[in-house]
Amino acid sequence: METTITKLLRLPPLVSEHGAAIDRLLLYIHLLMFVLFIGWGAYFLYVLWRFHQRRQPKADPIGARTHVSSYLEVGVAVVEGILLFGLALPIWSRTAIASNFPSPEESTVVRVIGRQFNWMARYPGPDGVFGRASPKLVGPDNPLGIDRDDPAAADDILLESSEIVVPVDKPVIAYVSSLDVMHSFSVKPLRVTQDAIPGLSNPVWFKPVKTGTYQITCAQLCGNGHYSMRGFLRVLPQDEYEQWLAQQSPRAADTSGYE
Amino acid sequence: MPTCPFGPIGGPLMSTTVASHPGAVAEPAPHTHPEPGFLRKYVFSVDHKVIGIQYGITALVFLFLGFSLIALMRWQLAYPGQPIPVIGRLLEWMLGPEMASQGIMSPDLYNSFGAMHGTIMIFLGVVPLAVGAFGNYLVPLQIGAPDMAFPKLNAASYWCYFVGGVVMLASFFIPGGAAKSGWTSYSPLAVIADMAHRWDGQTFWLLGMVILITSSLLGSINIITTIIQLRAPGLDWMRLPFFVWAQLVTSFILLLAFPPLQAAGLMQFMDNVVGTSFFLPSGLVVAGQPLEVSGGGSALLWQHLFWFLAHPEVYVLILPAMGIVAEIIANNTRKPLWGYKSLVYGSMAIGFISFLVWAHHMYLTGMGQTISTFFQTTTMLISIPSVIILTALLVSLWGGSIRFNTPMLFALSFLPMFGIGGLTGLPLGLGATDIQLHDTYYVIGHFHYVVAPGTIFALFAGIYYWYPKVTGRMMNEFWGRVHWAISLLCMNLIFLPMFIQGLEGMHRRMYDGGATYAAAEGVAGLSQLALKLNVSISHAAWLLGLAQIPFIVNFFWSIRHGRKAESDNPWCATTLEWATPTPPPHGNFPEPVAVYRGPYEYSVPGRPRDYLMQHEPDQA
Amino acid sequence: MTHAVLSEEIPYTVEARPDTGLFNAKLGIWLFLASEVMLFGAFFSSYIMLRVGATEWPSGLLSVPMGTFNTFLLASSTITVVMAWFSLRLGDFSKFKLYQGVTVLLAVAFLVVKGFEYRDKLTHYWVRLADGTELTGHIEGRPFNWSTATLHDPAFGLTEIVFHPDAGHAHAAKGEATEAAPVATHHSLKLPVSQIERLESFGPWHNTFLALYFTMTGLHVLHVMGGALVLAYFWGPGSRMWKTDPRRFVNRVEVSGLFWHFVDLVWIFLFPTLYLI
Ligand code: HEA
Ligand code: HEA
Ligand code: CUA
Ligand SMILES: [Cu+2]
Repeated sequence: METTITKLLRLPPLVSEHGAAIDRLLLYIHLLMFVLFIGWGAYFLYVLWRFHQRRQPKADPIGARTHVSSYLEVGVAVVEGILLFGLALPIWSRTAIASNFPSPEESTVVRVIGRQFNWMARYPGPDGVFGRASPKLVGPDNPLGIDRDDPAAADDILLESSEIVVPVDKPVIAYVSSLDVMHSFSVKPLRVTQDAIPGLSNPVWFKPVKTGTYQITCAQLCGNGHYSMRGFLRVLPQDEYEQWLAQQSPRAADTSGYE
Repeated sequence: MPTCPFGPIGGPLMSTTVASHPGAVAEPAPHTHPEPGFLRKYVFSVDHKVIGIQYGITALVFLFLGFSLIALMRWQLAYPGQPIPVIGRLLEWMLGPEMASQGIMSPDLYNSFGAMHGTIMIFLGVVPLAVGAFGNYLVPLQIGAPDMAFPKLNAASYWCYFVGGVVMLASFFIPGGAAKSGWTSYSPLAVIADMAHRWDGQTFWLLGMVILITSSLLGSINIITTIIQLRAPGLDWMRLPFFVWAQLVTSFILLLAFPPLQAAGLMQFMDNVVGTSFFLPSGLVVAGQPLEVSGGGSALLWQHLFWFLAHPEVYVLILPAMGIVAEIIANNTRKPLWGYKSLVYGSMAIGFISFLVWAHHMYLTGMGQTISTFFQTTTMLISIPSVIILTALLVSLWGGSIRFNTPMLFALSFLPMFGIGGLTGLPLGLGATDIQLHDTYYVIGHFHYVVAPGTIFALFAGIYYWYPKVTGRMMNEFWGRVHWAISLLCMNLIFLPMFIQGLEGMHRRMYDGGATYAAAEGVAGLSQLALKLNVSISHAAWLLGLAQIPFIVNFFWSIRHGRKAESDNPWCATTLEWATPTPPPHGNFPEPVAVYRGPYEYSVPGRPRDYLMQHEPDQA
Repeated sequence: MTHAVLSEEIPYTVEARPDTGLFNAKLGIWLFLASEVMLFGAFFSSYIMLRVGATEWPSGLLSVPMGTFNTFLLASSTITVVMAWFSLRLGDFSKFKLYQGVTVLLAVAFLVVKGFEYRDKLTHYWVRLADGTELTGHIEGRPFNWSTATLHDPAFGLTEIVFHPDAGHAHAAKGEATEAAPVATHHSLKLPVSQIERLESFGPWHNTFLALYFTMTGLHVLHVMGGALVLAYFWGPGSRMWKTDPRRFVNRVEVSGLFWHFVDLVWIFLFPTLYLI
């Protein structure tokens, strides 16, 4: 079913758990649109043919005498209501409302930070706590201004290569923010998009169900490099992910610049 | 082809009042004052008709400019990084090598053109044409008034528009170029996009907007006052032509939605020039350096203020178009509009609800449950009056005796085109599906269907339809049809494939048309088809441009050489604008008019003619 | 026919239209005021949104006595402007002149007071020194609106400035409002320019509160100026119309008065928002 929808609507391949519901909603709403358009379109063409001046030399000033159109209008409203309250809002509350997220303990928590024109990913490290950061500490080798006096920061991992690595089949909670202008963190196959807004940190969550590498699109105009602000999301099997994590030294460059 | 000899119940072509001014085409209008000089008459006139024409010509020029910008951008989208033939060199010479070195469009230039395409099309093209030109010219005529309520303000409104437009245009040539942060001008990008210049393109954009907003405030006060105060005796509310209703609702939207953008514009201007931080949060780090500003602002505040205007604004783009289409459909089906009252109440509902949906442009900014539920619900709600209006127009066709002249062809095409545009608004209106579609070409497709083959077609229809009122001559029917047929085809070739691109995940405002995101070895991405569509879309867009040549030639040629309209009322219409001499003299109605009937009394049984004009007394 | 006017003349410019009860300009000004409500409404909404999102909000930066005095000025002018119109309706032109004149004077007085308030802000400074210390106070000579750029501008040729730090923030704000002399004269500092990393006056760039203060009151000041100009015109050259077309003149005065009430009303909202809470 899912792949049929994906093919039918030419959507990107689907690799997240919640994405199926979004795709289904996309299908239903397009069906509604399609039915309305074909229905009215057929009526429209018929009317143009039937009431051409040649076939209908004298107009009937009253015209249509039925109430079908009113029922139709009510029908459209009802279907829209069902789609909205039955499908759209529940999906929204499950995917976009922070209080309904899976708990951080059973998820991979990562911060995604956009800047002109690449992405950074920050992991809390083994202690599971992100260290403090302050713009006052920002410098060439410390783009986020992480406070290295904070013990919680010591094991934080920062990737500056526009690459984010997460394990498969486990929820990921990403806190999305930006250093400079608005960006938008969008991974099409995951059906995930979240604006990256400076001054705010907005969480999204998703559960990748297939390993592989997916493109991160910057979906919000952010300057002359916007078109090339691409990143990669690598979804690895759990064991490979842990291996990879172990290889990441917390802020490898730190010792050189500091003290 | 004669324009008016419909049906067996032809009867005398002209109403009695009109017949008293035969051949008014050539005669100078009767004047009580000495003839004013050229400048007073055509440039600094306070006559609503002259001002309407000024608005119209200026807006058409801007429309053409808006198209030219996108035509160049479409080259870059189809053939990323290749020099633009011929014009590329011209651009380099005009705008400098940093913008178009060797004729290759730079990303900054692309972004400038994109922002200015949107701005020019909406604020300098369509709205001035729909409200400034059509509203100005027709509203006083249709309500039987001698002029607008405030003729001098009217002229001031036009000149503000003109100056605002010049400021916008000038910004292309200043160092750093025109605004390049989208027509939405999101902060902080708008403020920091061009840090090298304090008086940068964005500043010009803001200045231009403030002046344009002033213009539209003056205009909307004028239109509302005119409609409320200057209706001819007997012209009750439910006898107003629907076009007048559409203009009234539109003007209320302009009056109440624009000031918040004025406020936002002033604040962004302060951020840009004075160094405040209304929209700049604390802790910004730009290019590795903390930004030296006080901070404490909110990036989202700009979006709220912007969309509070810009959503109602899109209904400003569509309502006058619906008004024009309704007039033309009634006239060319030779029957009253079906559901006139539902049209009126529907447009009022649109006007009202349009103030309550703005945040559907902001679903992905991290909204809570309550707010997003509210805005998703209102967005679904606002689609209902649109459905009602469209249904009424479609049902109006039933039982008509449909004449297929050029205005009618454009007006009819409006219906399914707006239908596609409107229907594709629905998946955007649901937060869950907007996650996938936000800021993709699906959105571009959605709104262009409503504004381009929608509104622009309605405006074309209006131009063909009221041309004989303004000039006394008809536009050429054959070339009108050529213009219509090619335009309709091209519009669909341009905008239909965009839905495919959008669903595949191609994003808007991409300098390389999404080439960066093409599917590559092992990585999912845009298909080759999606990228190839860029090329065919561009070709269709250029062809669309060529298809305007018959229109432009027809437009100018017909002023002097078009077939003379048979009478002051060549379409045998019912509303008051056709009861004046052609072109209408200063003061419009040589004798005061009174109104005796509704706006669309076509094919009334038992009458010799198939139309009764609003000012014809009952005993006719 | 009720339309018995020359067709080129626009109806209801003077008389009210029976079914609406309004003459054109009166409807026009009400519409304009509706848009103005949206304009200032947007600013007040922005104020709320920015304040709710702020981590700290300065208080006591403005002089409440000056603001109160200005409120009193505008409130009085709203009465005199009605009196002016009323006198005119009663046909008492000289009384009109008197009240209209007083209104204009009150408006001018308001602007003068506002000017002093602005000046106080723009001669009050904040500096950050290279070692991270931050100070607020006055620069000797009370120079107007210097910025970091001024320090390095060769035209000023500065090597050091004499700085009088504020004694305490709230206290200083009150003190400076009533005295022209620098407030905290008990000690002063010599600051070498090389040590000053950043200097700015308490202008709109200094913090969000001041940004709102200057922008909102600035826009209001523009309204006061515009209104005062119109009122002055009807007091002066415009009043000749009283002889030629008295009804129309009364209308004009009424319409300008409506605008003036609105300008006062905005201040009635601005004053507590910015000065008190
Ligand atoms: C004239 C302009 C116009 C109009 C009328 C509309 C109408 C609608 N718009 Fe659109 N919209 C824009 C112009 C317009 N829009 C623009 C410019 C943008 C992008 C701005 C930017 O980001 O740059 C935008 C973006 C936009 C978004 C944000 C998308 C995003 O950024 O992610 C949303 C989301 O809710 C939306 C929704 C709607 C809805 C629900 C309607 C509804 O009102 C539509 C209701 C109409 C119908 C439901 C059609 C009914 C017809 C039939 C039933 C019969 C048809 C059949 C035949 C005749 C054959 N629009
Ligand atoms: C009213 C609004 C309007 C109109 C009519 C149009 C019309 C068109 N638009 Fe526009 N467009 C926008 C508003 C509009 N657009 C906006 C708001 C954006 C978003 C900008 C942003 O990202 O910030 C946008 C973005 C946009 C993009 C996306 C760019 C990007 O994201 O990178 C594209 C891509 O193809 C495009 C194409 C077109 C095309 C081909 C037309 C065609 O339909 C053009 C048709 C017009 C003509 C053919 C001209 C006719 C001229 C005459 C008839 C002149 C006659 C003259 C005389 C008689 C003197 N537009
Ligand atoms: Cu970052 Cu677009
Ligand atoms: Cu909208």
